[in-house]
Amino acid sequence: MLNLTILWPAILNGVTTGALYALIALGLTLIYGVLHIINFAHGALLMVGLYAVYFLFRFLGLDPYVSLLVVPPAMFVLGYALQRGIISRAAHGRDENILLVTLGLSIVIENLALMLFSSDTQTVDTAYGFATVDVLGAFIPVPKAVAFAGAVVSALALWLFMARTDLGRAIRAVAKERKGARLVGIDVEHVYAMSFGIGVGVLGIAACLLLPSYYVTPQVGHGFILIAFTIVVLGGMGSFVGALIGGIIIGVVEAIGGLMLGESLGQIGIFAIFILILLFRPQGLLGQRG
Amino acid sequence: MTRALKGGLDRRTFLAGTAAITGALAAPGLLRAAPAPVKIGLIHPVTGALSYSGAQCRAGGQMAIDDINAAGGITSLGGAQIEAILGDSLSKPDVGASETAKAVEAGAAGIVAGYASAITLATAQEAAKTNTPHIVDVGVTDGIIALGLKNVFRFSPGYGKIAQDAVTALDEINKAAGAPAKTVVIVHEDSAFGTGTAKLLATELPKHGFEILKVIAHPTPTRDFTNIALQVKAANPDIIIPANYYNEYVLFARTIQQQQIKPKAIYSVLGGAASSYKFVKEFPEAAEGVMDTNHWFNPLSPLAQARKAATEAKGLFYTYEVYLTYNAVALLADAIERAGSTDKDKVIAALNSSTWDKHGMPYGPTQFVNGQNTGAQAVNTQVLGGKIEVIRPAEFASAKVKFPLA
Repeated sequence: MLNLTILWPAILNGVTTGALYALIALGLTLIYGVLHIINFAHGALLMVGLYAVYFLFRFLGLDPYVSLLVVPPAMFVLGYALQRGIISRAAHGRDENILLVTLGLSIVIENLALMLFSSDTQTVDTAYGFATVDVLGAFIPVPKAVAFAGAVVSALALWLFMARTDLGRAIRAVAKERKGARLVGIDVEHVYAMSFGIGVGVLGIAACLLLPSYYVTPQVGHGFILIAFTIVVLGGMGSFVGALIGGIIIGVVEAIGGLMLGESLGQIGIFAIFILILLFRPQGLLGQRG
Repeated sequence: MTRALKGGLDRRTFLAGTAAITGALAAPGLLRAAPAPVKIGLIHPVTGALSYSGAQCRAGGQMAIDDINAAGGITSLGGAQIEAILGDSLSKPDVGASETAKAVEAGAAGIVAGYASAITLATAQEAAKTNTPHIVDVGVTDGIIALGLKNVFRFSPGYGKIAQDAVTALDEINKAAGAPAKTVVIVHEDSAFGTGTAKLLATELPKHGFEILKVIAHPTPTRDFTNIALQVKAANPDIIIPANYYNEYVLFARTIQQQQIKPKAIYSVLGGAASSYKFVKEFPEAAEGVMDTNHWFNPLSPLAQARKAATEAKGLFYTYEVYLTYNAVALLADAIERAGSTDKDKVIAALNSSTWDKHGMPYGPTQFVNGQNTGAQAVNTQVLGGKIEVIRPAEFASAKVKFPLA
């Protein structure tokens, strides 16, 4: 049953929620889409970022948006160290090993969080947490509007970075032809770790923008990981603008599916799209054939 | 021994002798012939998905044991101290059962378990194999009592009773205010708890003249409630009934506030956050006015208030897990006290004849029929001025109901 009066607010809500999904998927599209590392620890690392934002808020009184100056760089360092110190060492250069290593990492990280922080739900209460902006009769919560802007800026910045900087070119070179990149003098290990670090750093941005309208528990990543993989495939592996558009499409499909089929069944739309894309356009919306 | 006599002490004799002496030094109580401690198994989900609640349960159980021991232990057993055998069910029924078996093997005179209904079903049946007295601390499903196990006792109310009371209470609250509320929207999570509650309310409420406008199901976890809030807004009900777990309850309540939906009441049955101190403390505006039907202590009881203060002094919230497990342990200790023995049959007989009233709950003295404490009941709470107040039944009320809200 579709009610037309709430269609507009629902679509608008889908767009903002989808932008948040896209923000989470941006890091993954770099790690998974470009480097082909299937990072099962993506959800767990999002959780680490959310806890970082939460603790900075609770103990230092740092606003989640101020944490944007602290958490993403810290997450970058964490990502770099993880790739250099654990993932690449344990993987011995084989993709199927990477899959198991990141899965193992996610289990270890989640259970450490459970031990240290307990499974209690934590939230931050900010002055703007309940504020809304009126967009043609639809109330959009301020944190979601900010997250939408953050997702657009991040996607464009990443796209520029990949297209215009030396490191971006090096990442693309490594992704296309690892051996060749090494022959022309690119430090492949460093490029891998930088990409992983940047991907995890972007996750730090997502954490800062997500927490004001959400919560954190050790299991919080589970709700986002499948969506993030879907968006990466939908947008085209490694395409940041594709991820942004893909995220927004997923958000809107979820919103309308929820209205028409109910929230439980509405999720079906997301995965129907996933299957259709794999069948008819496996390179994704903005992806190039490999 | 001939070798020992010749060469002095041999190694084996020396070790045995030393062990005996060390043992005696380490346990001077044994030499003074103190009564053997009474062991009670506390089986809770202290790790895994339910770890917050499990830890709260364990804290409550241990506080009861500390209080009883400090007051002289079990006097009919010569002041025997109570000793906890702690078990972690990892939030899984099968592990709960094996932890129960372990506690029984270690000599537990009784079991207090297991917080979640599914885990409690497993621990109760495991304890029944050895006829070990088993007190249910929280598990609300009526299936636990329907098993008809002779060793199983539930101090707190079951789901059927709570839901029935919830419907009656809502009807009475509405009528007392001149029946301003006529329409209802139910928002529930789609597993057994939420679906069961929604189904029951959707059948019972129309009998009292309420019209159910919409029943909206959602999965756990649900990442965003805006869509649901929009549907609720379009339906514009007088009463919103959420039946979901803590995280979703809080997100939903926050979204209702963001979307500026102002119903006459938000009413819950065993609401995930509706009577949670944490929710009220962190989101006082979203929580204000929310009503719930839930386990609660008697706010007019000095005993309950003293225990609440003691719990808060430990830095814990005085949640239902704490006081229900505390009382489950104290109830078992009282039965052992009156039985004057840890003999399982005698303790079970003592539980069956129990008229214990030192629980600080709105229950009256305990009275068990087929293992269920018949006086046990949930009460209605409402968040008023940032505090969780009992508003019904009248004899336990700490405040007057505020209805309608808008």
